[in-house]
Amino acid sequence: MASETRDTVRGAQGGSSFSLSDPTVRAVFYQVLVVGIVVAVGWYLIHNTLDNLSRRSIATGFGFLEREASFGIGESLIDYSPRDTYGRAFLVGVLNTLKVSIIGIVLATVLGTVVGVARLSSNWLIAKIASTYVEIVRNIPPLLQLFFWYAIVSDSMPPVRQALNPIPGVFLSQRGLFVPVPVADPVWGEMAFALALAVIVAIFVHRWARTRQARTGLPFPTGLTTLGLVVGFPLIAYIAGGAPTALDVPQLQGFNFRGGAVISPEFFAILTGLTVYTAAFIAEVVRSGIVAVNWGQTEAARALGLNSGRTLRLVVLPQALRVIVPPLTSQYLNLTKNSSLALAIGYPDLVSIANTTLNQTGQAIEGVAMIMGTYLTISLGISIFMNWYNKRIALVER
Amino acid sequence: MKSGLFAAAAAALVFGAVTTAQAGPTLDAVKGRGFVQCGVNAGLPGFGNPDSAGNWTGLDVDYCRAVATALFNDPTKVKFTPLSAQQRFPAIQSGEVDLLSRNTTVTLTRDTSVGLNFAPVTYYDGQGFMVNKKLGVKSAKELNGATVCVQSGTTTELNLADYFRTNNMSYNPVVIESNDEVNAAFFAGRCDVLTTDASGLAGTRAGVAPVPDDYVILPEIISKEPLAPAVRHGDDQWLDIVTWVVYASIQAEESGINSKNVDEFLNTKNPEIQRLLGVSPGMGKALGLDEKWAYNVIKKVGNYGEIFDRNVGPKTPLKLERGLNALWTNGGLQYAMPVR
Repeated sequence: MASETRDTVRGAQGGSSFSLSDPTVRAVFYQVLVVGIVVAVGWYLIHNTLDNLSRRSIATGFGFLEREASFGIGESLIDYSPRDTYGRAFLVGVLNTLKVSIIGIVLATVLGTVVGVARLSSNWLIAKIASTYVEIVRNIPPLLQLFFWYAIVSDSMPPVRQALNPIPGVFLSQRGLFVPVPVADPVWGEMAFALALAVIVAIFVHRWARTRQARTGLPFPTGLTTLGLVVGFPLIAYIAGGAPTALDVPQLQGFNFRGGAVISPEFFAILTGLTVYTAAFIAEVVRSGIVAVNWGQTEAARALGLNSGRTLRLVVLPQALRVIVPPLTSQYLNLTKNSSLALAIGYPDLVSIANTTLNQTGQAIEGVAMIMGTYLTISLGISIFMNWYNKRIALVER
Repeated sequence: MKSGLFAAAAAALVFGAVTTAQAGPTLDAVKGRGFVQCGVNAGLPGFGNPDSAGNWTGLDVDYCRAVATALFNDPTKVKFTPLSAQQRFPAIQSGEVDLLSRNTTVTLTRDTSVGLNFAPVTYYDGQGFMVNKKLGVKSAKELNGATVCVQSGTTTELNLADYFRTNNMSYNPVVIESNDEVNAAFFAGRCDVLTTDASGLAGTRAGVAPVPDDYVILPEIISKEPLAPAVRHGDDQWLDIVTWVVYASIQAEESGINSKNVDEFLNTKNPEIQRLLGVSPGMGKALGLDEKWAYNVIKKVGNYGEIFDRNVGPKTPLKLERGLNALWTNGGLQYAMPVR
């Protein structure tokens, strides 16, 4: 139909092939125009930048990533020394950001869910405590909260020489929490392998149990079996590996504790700050999700004879999750991006290290571009995962 | 807020038109505007620090005033922009400030790829360490394994790494952006050691420490930190002006001219002083300034010795000796090129 109309119009104009009154031509014209403007503005900005930089003979390009960084970093998941390159230093920062983001997301989800459910509790005291928490925490800027948590460690903890020693081998002081860790042994790798194996077996058991229940109606204790597998396999590997018990216990030597593992005050402050702050928002998200499920659904489930646990797991939660997941994704993204506040309290995150780098090299534009690119990648990663999950739990409409 | 300013400065490089790249544009821009935009330290006693009445004080601040005086015969024609160590380079690169007078160490990288040109050194400094007396540390060589508080984005951070590396010692850095937070962390006990320029340590001990006598500055000076005002590449005239304002202040001290006696020297027979004070004209014109430029600077801001004594000298809380900053005639390094 449409193409016929177009042909007629074209015919009436005596074969003139370009007219803005033709919807197809118009659409193409405006799209080309918009793309052209975007490209032109982008080109102008890049050109202008390079022009400005070269006039002031400021170095450009990413060659600096290969150069020696020669600055120290307080904590790192991978081996790092000032001899390494700026590129590796940046990687350390990215990993530190990921570390605090991932642990923060998990903890904030747990805390947020508990508080969100607590706000709906019929117990007056619990509900009010949860409400107070949410209202206070989400109305104070996160930066101030970070300073607060950091000050708690540096001002209220004892100096390192008078460290608290609540459990043998565990030391708590202004320098952080030092805990003993098992001495390196091949058995830890074998246990990790056993755990992975257990998870794979558990997935198969789960699938088999589901088909069997669908076929015969007989339930299978999948939860208990999974627990048995996940605990049992690594345990067998541990015992088979000779059950090593040697511990690397932290000891006060010179200025600091040596050995063991440490949770630094900076990491503690950024993790606690972000968790507590984001959990307040997640609590509201969870509450809204649960409230969104009609009470009739619960009544209907009870009427079918489902106990309260199953009602929650099989009826309420699947429906609540559809409401919860999209705003939850935003909160995860917020937490990740807020981790850039770490700079203020000295946690060596990506922004902190990139800032040091661009200061030593003077290449602010490259540095900022790398920061933006990394956050964009991390955020898109979270988005893609959460969108996939959202699709998976979406109500299948028949 | 801080990172906002920093981002704005970086954005200016991206979006900004090239307003400062023609010949001598900074002087014209500053004259047209009526004041000098000067980037200074946000809170370093003795160098760049607002006093209790909100007036900016410090050696670096006085050099901003000196430049303004050379241009406008008025030391108040300055707009001070407090900058963190991180913000300072984007701010000068993008043209947000005309002059960076913020205890900035002259280095090859900064002179080249960062795009700065340095005026003469106004303060010869070196990096030192401060520790709590209770630790009983007498030398920086005993600091193996120490936790060190350091401000990010400084040469300090690099010297620290180099020093521990050279001496085969390990350390644990706590790197914080804001100077105030670094000091707070150190005085709370988060770190064993605070490191920055020795002058900065003296300022911090005098002005920030809860009990100054509890802290001791270790004898080792681990680096050369020549601090100098900087301008951006591409404007030679502006660099010349800043350079010769610094030299004029040093030359004045060398010739015994200060803010109190400068008028007596107007009748001098000494041709060198006549040229400096504009009694015999030519120097001002060469710089594109009024012939009285140096006279005004000496009269209203003072000579190098006065600026030093007023801000960091023995009678100030910092109690710094002249040391390397004495005139060359007194065994120091301050040496003015001839004004002719």
